[in-house]
Amino acid sequence: MTEGLPDDLEAVIGLEIHVQLSTETKMFCGCRLSFGDPPNTHTCPVCLAHPGVLPVPNRRAIEYAIQIALALGCEIAPNSIFHRKNYFYPDNPKAYQISQYDVPLASAGELADVRIHRAHLEEDAAKMVHIGESGRIQGSSGSLVDFNRAGTPLVEIVTEPDIRSASEAREWGQLLRETVRQLGVSDVNMEEGSLRCDANVSIRPRGSSELGTKTELKNMNSFRFLEKGITAELERQAGLVASGERVVQETLHFDPGTGALHPLRSKEEAHDYRYLPEPDLVPLAPDSEMLEQARKTLPELPEAKATRYRDELGIPEAPAELLSVRAELAAFLEAMLVAEPDLEPRVAANWLTGEFAAELRRKGDPELGEVPVEAAALASLASMAQAKKISHGTAKDLLTRMVDDGIDPVAVVTEEDLGQLSDSSELEAIVEKVVEENPGPAEEVRAGNEKAIGALVGAVMKETGGRADGGEVNRILRQALGLG
Amino acid sequence: MIDRDQVVHVARLARLELGEDEVGALADELSSILDHVDRLLAVDTEGVEPTTHVVPLENVLRDDVPGEELTPEQALASAPSTEDGAFLVPSPKTEG
Repeated sequence: MTEGLPDDLEAVIGLEIHVQLSTETKMFCGCRLSFGDPPNTHTCPVCLAHPGVLPVPNRRAIEYAIQIALALGCEIAPNSIFHRKNYFYPDNPKAYQISQYDVPLASAGELADVRIHRAHLEEDAAKMVHIGESGRIQGSSGSLVDFNRAGTPLVEIVTEPDIRSASEAREWGQLLRETVRQLGVSDVNMEEGSLRCDANVSIRPRGSSELGTKTELKNMNSFRFLEKGITAELERQAGLVASGERVVQETLHFDPGTGALHPLRSKEEAHDYRYLPEPDLVPLAPDSEMLEQARKTLPELPEAKATRYRDELGIPEAPAELLSVRAELAAFLEAMLVAEPDLEPRVAANWLTGEFAAELRRKGDPELGEVPVEAAALASLASMAQAKKISHGTAKDLLTRMVDDGIDPVAVVTEEDLGQLSDSSELEAIVEKVVEENPGPAEEVRAGNEKAIGALVGAVMKETGGRADGGEVNRILRQALGLG
Repeated sequence: MIDRDQVVHVARLARLELGEDEVGALADELSSILDHVDRLLAVDTEGVEPTTHVVPLENVLRDDVPGEELTPEQALASAPSTEDGAFLVPSPKTEG
């Protein structure tokens, strides 16, 4: 079942994502993009909407938008136009936002089984701070307007209502964010607002193909809040239906502190944007050169990478997904495989995302480049463990020393004679000695308490200095104690 | 024909406050303007693509290179009211 819903109901969710492009300058003028600079330090007559000015689109913003569109498998319109979206608000001194309307740059794409309805270019509004007791709009005595953000290039991505649960919305949003991040066209930082996400949420009887009345959840600033907000809204809608009421189309703001949903605008203020073609801008017609250029710069994206790692390299699902969304880890893995061609990708991925990641956490999660472990060194460690030249325990100890002191694992294995005991007669002799020295546990095991074997395994490992393979020790011990 | 309700609606979208007599006068004026434009309907446009631009230009773009910016003082120079380097505006109401 879906979180927040009884079994006979189904969630229908679509997302609208705004991505700020990380160009040097704004969409229609040469003012620099900035975050956190003093207010109104990056403005000009164009983004302040002084009379008589003319916008000119930023070529790089268009390239970035085409890259996003291609990464989402969209069709690029051969000829798209800009529209004026009219609304009256102080964050927008022209009283219209330049956006796209009936012919968006891109349409009909798909990412991980969620269809993309459209992706289009537009400009961001100015930032407003409402002064007053709570910082909220109501009760404030005035508002401060900062035009640094006004005119920042945005790509708005709209999905079809193909998402069926709050957690799926979060996961898909995260995949989209990583996809855009790896394109290198946006900082995709939700807290700073360079990626913003709204959700359209409705419910319907399971199995129905009709769409229920939707509500819009605005501007959730993390995917965790998005999931919580959608869950709360699904519960609210299911409650309304259960008590015989109807869902009313409205826009809601989710307060993550209280978990409450507040209506943002009344229905009477239904959007009436009076779109009209922007007469100051000529059509956008991406030519084959622009498209080819964008295609060439596309990296292997998370969805494709996860599939390749799983299907071609045999890496299990979980590490494959993790590696696909962490470009620096994936690059590290690929360098490991180049350094040690016989190293199985599955083994390399397990060391990288398992023991090595745990060591990094122990160190407070530094960047990969901040610990003295090269991909080749981790690869030779994993290779030695894979070939059973060293025991797993020895490998883990070595890894700790690699992370702490940058030792060369191959050299240390030779110098300190840490190679795994491969001579089973030597191991058998040690087992015999340990059994003699520990008659108590040995007797318990013989009497049927198999758990008591742990103490004996430990004693053997200690005797060998950790050089023995745990499985092998177990096997020989059980044999010696008559458990076969 | 533009009726009074449409005038009131459009005025509200633009946050214009109109008196009763103004609403009536504007309804008449806007109607006569639309009637005038309606004369274009007499032209036969069968088979003619809608035109958004009369000049055959496309992809007029600029490079992503920073240009001249105003100083905050210049930006705010004609603002009726400022505070902390920002434009100060009346608090927007959630209800129109």
